[in-house]
Amino acid sequence: MTFATPTNLVPGQDVAASTNTSENPEVASFSVKAGLAQMLKGGVIMDVVNAEQALIAERAGACAVMALERVPADIRKDGGVARMSDPKMIKEIIKAVSIPVMAKVRIGHFVEAQIIESIGVDYIDESEVLTPADDLNHIHKHDFKVPFVCGCKNLGEALRRIAEGAAMIRTKGEAGTGDVVEAVRHMRTVKAEIRKAQLMDDNELFTYAKQIQAPYHLLKETAKLGRLPVVNFAAGGVATPADAAMMMQLGCDGVFVGSGIFKSGDPEKRARAIVQAVTHYKDPKVLAEVSEDLGEAMVGINCSDVPDEQKYAKRGW
Amino acid sequence: MAQDQPPKQIRVGVLALQGAFAEHIILLKTLPQVSDAVAIRTADEIAQVDALVIPGGESTTMALIAERSGFWPALQEYVRTHPTWGTCAGMILLSERVTSGGTINNDQKLLGGLSITIKRNAFGSQKESFEAGLHVAGVENSEVQRFPGVFIRAPVIDEILAPEKVEVLCQLERDYKSTPKGTIVAVRQGHLLGTSFHPELTRDARVHQYFVKMAIDWIANNPKSA
Repeated sequence: MTFATPTNLVPGQDVAASTNTSENPEVASFSVKAGLAQMLKGGVIMDVVNAEQALIAERAGACAVMALERVPADIRKDGGVARMSDPKMIKEIIKAVSIPVMAKVRIGHFVEAQIIESIGVDYIDESEVLTPADDLNHIHKHDFKVPFVCGCKNLGEALRRIAEGAAMIRTKGEAGTGDVVEAVRHMRTVKAEIRKAQLMDDNELFTYAKQIQAPYHLLKETAKLGRLPVVNFAAGGVATPADAAMMMQLGCDGVFVGSGIFKSGDPEKRARAIVQAVTHYKDPKVLAEVSEDLGEAMVGINCSDVPDEQKYAKRGW
Repeated sequence: MAQDQPPKQIRVGVLALQGAFAEHIILLKTLPQVSDAVAIRTADEIAQVDALVIPGGESTTMALIAERSGFWPALQEYVRTHPTWGTCAGMILLSERVTSGGTINNDQKLLGGLSITIKRNAFGSQKESFEAGLHVAGVENSEVQRFPGVFIRAPVIDEILAPEKVEVLCQLERDYKSTPKGTIVAVRQGHLLGTSFHPELTRDARVHQYFVKMAIDWIANNPKSA
């Protein structure tokens, strides 16, 4: 299986139709992997730790849920090794909701990924929030039928993950802090680097590919499209409707909210508000309405107070 | 008479509450019969378009957003009286009844209009999503050149509740695991069109063309609603 630019992600694409027209089905092509991410656009994906929370998220309007044992804020607090969740808990969540269910595996842990794929999860997050299992290599994601989402801090990292088979990208941000500053930094970095690539001629683009350690063909495609060549969500520190709308206005296709919902005073109300904020992200009147009276936001940690060696965004290579 | 002439061009809205609405807009804008294709999020916006597409995405999410922003009644009224096409989640919203095998799904809110029962996630989880060529009745040249059907956690039409009103446009051509050959994946009922698959994830605009022509003809025959 190989990369194919998702269809109609930007206007004026002149790609030859990569779609199958034989009556024999082609299962789990890159197009249907990236296609599910296209269906999630304009939506909010919420971290949940059990079926009860998953139902609250679904009723609030989440377009998918991320099943995990502890939300990032608790992983940060508890310390220790964070691993994939108990398959039993994930299966209960799959049974409880009709929306897609995602689950996290450790960076490089291809066996956790095999296990999660086998129980019928719809998307795998190879996530820096869990403790990395391999300090050099990520999972070869083209090998799997289930699609993967991965985090990035910059363009090079995003394109390395896409080369390995990721069909969706998210900013890393700094999970479990409730501080949006790192997510903003990562999104702005990706955008700035794409703009830089767009101004380069072919000679320069080869050198830039080496410099940011990105595959040349993906960098060239990105420069042509003027955006990442897969769906790109915001993640890591989104805690309020305003945070979510800001990430959307910065050009993200949708938003992951981790600890921000179930670590707040009134999770259901905050979840509903963030869902409305992502749909109406350009309408300050709606944003003002949904921001009213939400109760306490999650207790935040300033990213600048987190020592570098404790930053999850540093994980991933 | 001049006023009975069908409009040459229509303005098409794409429901933009959540999902793959931008993809539809991009493909609709390539059609000469479409004067403009725009994102629709409010009752004011929907009043400005001649026809509507409800895209793929999550049907529960779209319904909840429409309801909480007070848009649902206007949307429901619009769909009752204007040409509307639902793809995947959009078709679920246009159906009268929904079953979702295995998953608890008590109170899904539906717009209705298509007299069908929908089975959600009929093929299983995402790893079973697939692409396959389809013959779609009425779609240009599809007897010869199959239409690329993209099925993503797709629903199918389990039952037709009013066979005299619902026209079957497309059926699966072979068994797909537990989903048998002959399973219905596209229908039309009057001014409503529903497809299980995602023509907006292809560069093939033939189903979009079919819908736009269907909308133009329907508006010409029902001038009051336009």
